[in-house]
Amino acid sequence: MDLFKIALYFLVYPGLLFLFVYSTFVEWVDRKLFARFQNRRGPLYTGAAGLLQPIADFVKLMAKEDIVPDSADKPLFNSVPVLALAAVLASGLLLPVWHFTAGMQSATSFDGDIIVMAYLLSLPTFAYFLAGWSSASMYASIGAVRVLTLLFSYEVPMFLAILSPAVLAGSWRMAVIAEYYQQHPLMLLWNIGAFAVAVVALQAKLERVPFDIPEAETELVGGTFTEYSGRKLALFRLLTDVQMVTGAGFLAALFLGGFPGGLVPGFLWLVVKTLAIVFILAAIKAVTARIRIDQMVSFSWSYLAPLALLQLVVVILVRGYLP
Amino acid sequence: MSDTFVLPVGPQHPALKEPTSFRFKVDGEYIVDADLRLGYNHRGIEKGCEARTYVQDTYLLERVCGICSNAHMTAFVQGVEKLMGIEPPLRGLYIRCLMGELERIHSHLLWLGVAGHEIGFDTFFMYTWRDREVVMDLLEMVSGNRVNYGMQTCGGVRRDLDGVQITQLLDGVAALRARTPYYLNLGATEPTMVARIAGVGKLPKEKAIELSAVGPTTRASGVQFDVRSDDPYAGFVEHIPFTIQTDNGCDVLARVIVRAKELMECYNICEWILRNLPAGEIRVKAPRKVPEGETVSRVEAQRGELIHYIRANGTDKPDRVKVRAPTLANWPATLYMLRGAYLADIPIIMAAIDPCLSCTDRMAVISDVRGGEKVWDWETLRQYGIEFHRNRGIKP
Repeated sequence: MDLFKIALYFLVYPGLLFLFVYSTFVEWVDRKLFARFQNRRGPLYTGAAGLLQPIADFVKLMAKEDIVPDSADKPLFNSVPVLALAAVLASGLLLPVWHFTAGMQSATSFDGDIIVMAYLLSLPTFAYFLAGWSSASMYASIGAVRVLTLLFSYEVPMFLAILSPAVLAGSWRMAVIAEYYQQHPLMLLWNIGAFAVAVVALQAKLERVPFDIPEAETELVGGTFTEYSGRKLALFRLLTDVQMVTGAGFLAALFLGGFPGGLVPGFLWLVVKTLAIVFILAAIKAVTARIRIDQMVSFSWSYLAPLALLQLVVVILVRGYLP
Repeated sequence: MSDTFVLPVGPQHPALKEPTSFRFKVDGEYIVDADLRLGYNHRGIEKGCEARTYVQDTYLLERVCGICSNAHMTAFVQGVEKLMGIEPPLRGLYIRCLMGELERIHSHLLWLGVAGHEIGFDTFFMYTWRDREVVMDLLEMVSGNRVNYGMQTCGGVRRDLDGVQITQLLDGVAALRARTPYYLNLGATEPTMVARIAGVGKLPKEKAIELSAVGPTTRASGVQFDVRSDDPYAGFVEHIPFTIQTDNGCDVLARVIVRAKELMECYNICEWILRNLPAGEIRVKAPRKVPEGETVSRVEAQRGELIHYIRANGTDKPDRVKVRAPTLANWPATLYMLRGAYLADIPIIMAAIDPCLSCTDRMAVISDVRGGEKVWDWETLRQYGIEFHRNRGIKP
């Protein structure tokens, strides 16, 4: 029975199948919201209200010709999309959505899983860098360097921000942190600053406007993905969607009180809370212009990082003085 | 990445909607040097004009550009009218002017959107282009076409306005007038947008004059230069009131502001024309043949001063037509602005002059390829093409 449950966990929910289906749905929500913000209609024709459009795009891209540049570092170029996708899919398993072994530690929920989660969510960024670097293209190389510069600007604020709820809850395990806030919902208010920092950093991690600097279309053609096409590009796009789901789920588990109530209510909470975060991400995307890489670095280090640090101080004080 | 390397932008690049080729020498994110190569989109229109009659040339020259088609047409018919010694009736001149201003509105709204897109602000793009549809519909109502209106002809304009059209035009202009301050406000205050355009692409006033920049580019550097007042045509100054819009910012932000202010000025001009449209004929009959002579005709197109030179030899076909599009005059200033800029600012700096490459493109004569011969016959050209592509992976 346990084996069946583990298989279910890995393959269906919250594993492979769920992540694929839900990430395409989230992409649809994102596109639809972005379109409505812009006074457009968004996807309409494939499926009801264009719901199947992301899947249609994925299938279409999978069927396209896959071109590898002659001068590219082929083993690296070919393996990077798969490895990066594996990393984000693994991060999906760590989301504290459904624990049939609640209360005790397991391979998918343990002390310190918050660190592993942050680490797994960072891996795609390195994959983007390697992808751009191994492409041996001018645009991709500049994109790759920008990916790393971007990483150095948002990663530290992101890590500082996720420390804050963990410190307040006194745990390094997402399930425990979520449970703490389910019991003390008002304590969530102490983390609002960190939540803002984390959402902005997540936007940067997903390389969306205003932080789509590495793949700025009008400057760098396709940025790191300039030379990618067909299946590999499809995997990269799927990866970004899954990363949006797991990133939003990660923030929801830490800052919005997780997904209480077992399997079905937990699932509903997951949908509601991730979509709320996706709504914020889409709104940011709609109302801003792409900033320059130097502006990004100075913005991160003069606003995001100090705000996250200040938040940490506040949380430590709260933890010390409140019962 | 330690040393400089050359980054090609074009002939095909997402930042360019038309083919041209820039070679940027970049050091990391900084541009050390910029170089431009023209000649990817030469269509031989000037030569084509010599083989066609003046009436045919009017429509051929209209197709020099899709955005400023009316400006090219106006410049040409004005020159021909000058050579013929005929003067269009006042109502014709006013409608000619109205078409020019409506076209300027559509072009500036288009440009605002493109500028937004170049800095990744697609929402701005969607909003301005939605409102651009209002003026596109007006243009279609007046002329029957969304682009290439075919309104001008030697001796006046080809279509008259009736009362219903005038009411609809006034309504449309009023709707646009209500929307435009929002864009001016957004462009000048939205923090990420201002961060991307303020202080970018600096062109000091002296440099703008020295490099002969034209149009909104030079007006954004504080230069009072506008053909509509310097060399009035189509009823400007003596009849139609109008003020030159300038800004002293000298950067891309100033170019956004100048264009937004010009939009407001366009609405004033349009409304004034529609309210004061004199009665009478819209054109006089023009002869088919043009007496010998030469002339220069200037028009303030949306992108700046447009010059047409026409030489007539007494027949019904011109001896020589020469077009100097505003983009060509703005290239030296663009290269100046690009040097020392950030790599990320390339698209917006280039877009800020509102380049139109199909207007501008020249044929590049590379005379030393085959012994300095400037005239090649068809066979030589074909052979050269085959040899050129032989080792480039393209089967001849």
